Amino acid sequence: MKNKQIIWKHKHLIGLRELSREEIEHILDTAQGFEEISTRSVKKAPTLRGKVVVNLFFEDSTRTRNSFSLAANRLSADVIEFTQKSSSVSKGETLLDTARNLEAMGIDIVVIRHSAGGAPKFLSRNINASVVNAGDGYCEHPTQGLLDVYTIRKMRGSLEGLKIAIVGDIAHSRVARSDIYAMTKLGAEVILVGPPTLMPAKVEQLPVRISYSLDDIIGELDVINMLRIQFERMGSNPFPSIKEYSHYFGLTVERMKKVKKDILVMHPGPINRGLEMESEVADGPNSVILQQVTNGLAVRMAVLFLVNQGAMTKQ
Amino acid sequence: MAKSVLIKNGYVIDPANKVNQKANVYAVDGKIAEVGKVEPKADLIIDAAGKLVLPGLIDIHVHFREPGDEEEETIASGSAAAVAGGFTSVVCMPNTDPAIDDATSVEYVHRMGRQTRKTHVYVMGAITKDRAGEQLSEMGFMVQAGAVGFTDDGSGVQNPAMMLKALKYASMFKNAVLAQHCQDNSLAGSGVMNSSYNSTVLGLPGIDPLAEEMMLWRDIQLVRKTNMRYHVQHISTARSVELIRQAKKEGLPITCEAAPHHLLLTDDSCCDYDTNYKVNPPLRTDADIKAIKQAIKDGIIDALASDHAPHLKSEKELEFLAAPFGIASLECALGLYIKALIEPKIIDWPQLVSIMAERPAKIISVDKGTLGKGKQADITIIDPDCEYTVDVNKFRSKSKNCPYDGWKLKGKVEYTIVGGEIRYSAQERASAD
Repeated sequence: MKNKQIIWKHKHLIGLRELSREEIEHILDTAQGFEEISTRSVKKAPTLRGKVVVNLFFEDSTRTRNSFSLAANRLSADVIEFTQKSSSVSKGETLLDTARNLEAMGIDIVVIRHSAGGAPKFLSRNINASVVNAGDGYCEHPTQGLLDVYTIRKMRGSLEGLKIAIVGDIAHSRVARSDIYAMTKLGAEVILVGPPTLMPAKVEQLPVRISYSLDDIIGELDVINMLRIQFERMGSNPFPSIKEYSHYFGLTVERMKKVKKDILVMHPGPINRGLEMESEVADGPNSVILQQVTNGLAVRMAVLFLVNQGAMTKQ
Repeated sequence: MAKSVLIKNGYVIDPANKVNQKANVYAVDGKIAEVGKVEPKADLIIDAAGKLVLPGLIDIHVHFREPGDEEEETIASGSAAAVAGGFTSVVCMPNTDPAIDDATSVEYVHRMGRQTRKTHVYVMGAITKDRAGEQLSEMGFMVQAGAVGFTDDGSGVQNPAMMLKALKYASMFKNAVLAQHCQDNSLAGSGVMNSSYNSTVLGLPGIDPLAEEMMLWRDIQLVRKTNMRYHVQHISTARSVELIRQAKKEGLPITCEAAPHHLLLTDDSCCDYDTNYKVNPPLRTDADIKAIKQAIKDGIIDALASDHAPHLKSEKELEFLAAPFGIASLECALGLYIKALIEPKIIDWPQLVSIMAERPAKIISVDKGTLGKGKQADITIIDPDCEYTVDVNKFRSKSKNCPYDGWKLKGKVEYTIVGGEIRYSAQERASAD
């Protein structure tokens, strides 16, 4: 445990792009240790007692916000919920002012979700508290990336050599980006699948393969991660109809006939049933969607614990 | 005001008159009387030994924010910044609030400029009312009021039929030029930086180079049809350079300008979400910089223009997505051009002076940009080798949104003389600072 503490020096968790394989593995190992707490009858550890965690959410979220709240509670931190649907600009108070006001209350960790890519980084430069990114625009969603690789590692022991497809709206997906960084760093091969209109600029420069045909590659996969189609993030429709999208990229019962028997089916939620995947698949034997949610709690406990530790070693 | 001024012992560079030698410059009653070995008596004598004596520099693209956003910049503060940067003439853009889209507004800008008595303040009027792209503004009345051109800068005229109409209509005014901020909004979308690998990993919406190139290509077709004088503002991509190169080869009446940030910075600078690098058109790539520099070397680029775009600290202290576009650089622009073009020997001094004075003057049809006999005595005297450190806190501009803060640059402005009158001197500045 002692030399593991040396591995982690970060006061913030902004993204997985800047983390090394060792650092990512350290978070996963730490999360594994925390998993046990949730099985106790008294589901609480005193790790963050006396610390204040703020959930600063500028975008809708149910599971991530609740997961962070619960994670902070399990570690005995005090939690403030700060939800503001409108962006800072329209509200009149800037993000910086909001954060400084919260900081004046003596907070230790800010968990932020924001529609602007880079908002957590911006915040981390300007306040003293630790900043944990709970999703920023379509930049990163590091705890989702971590819980995804945690789930795969738990099921398969390792990601080394696995073939993982991420299917759907890559362009507007922070989950895809965090997944790509985490999965490739842990040795998996990532294939991005979706229509060209949902691929980001210069996607070929990412360490991934690209396929426009799910059917072409579905037979090789060990894991398939179906992204949510995020209508709210798209400008003009990037595909002609939901029907046509599902025809090419939906995970249907029919398509599941072509997969490896032990394929893991993942989804970051919330699912558009019948769009990204049919209900029978979402609820089927290969689905680990609910395990992802369970594991998210342990991962977020680990993240809160580690950034707090990072902040203390910095002082 | 001194009736006569003698600038002695300086090295005079006046490409319009093919002067590139040590000479004295003598001005009487605000006009150039003689450039050469003369040494007449004068009311004021400036010793310019070791300095470069240049025709007053002209920046045809600045945002002085007045009327409407006086907290960011005023014509007075912007003019003070201009002379501190060595500019004896500037052209204000009309994207103020309200937009400069009628003769009264044009006259207002001129009046404030005259009252400030720093630099010559010119203005371009909006092509369309409110810059909304829907109805032609009263270009004729604005021409009469002295507008030197028209642009909806901040955005381009989106509708091709409207742009065609504007080009046709404006062609009846002898000296008018239509300037375009080439950007097709449907392609640019909600982009905030160059569309690239960087925008992908930063999770920021990108602006594809095509957004600029498509409108430029479209406008070239319209210019061919109308033969109206047309100017491309702040070009940012390699393909734009090629389009202009071809159009010029064809003989179309097209000119263009480049901004310092498109010569020195790439979209790599955005990687820390520092909003001082958020500018429109966005910072592009090394290949684009290389192409623009080559075009400058080849004479394809007619003018250097700062696109000085001041913004409040509080506005720039936002998420990259939310902060406004723009870089304030008027006071260090000359040093930036020297760094980008003279130091790497892409062009020489006469070429630089040509695209900072002579050719910009032609674009806006003003009788300036040279030290010819009888011309207005607008003169910039600089120490080309003197290095200084950019310090935004010492800017005359009200705004400090400048990514060059702390940069070491050469080419210190010693004197800025407008109409034979010293409007800025480094000496006075030193005592004021």
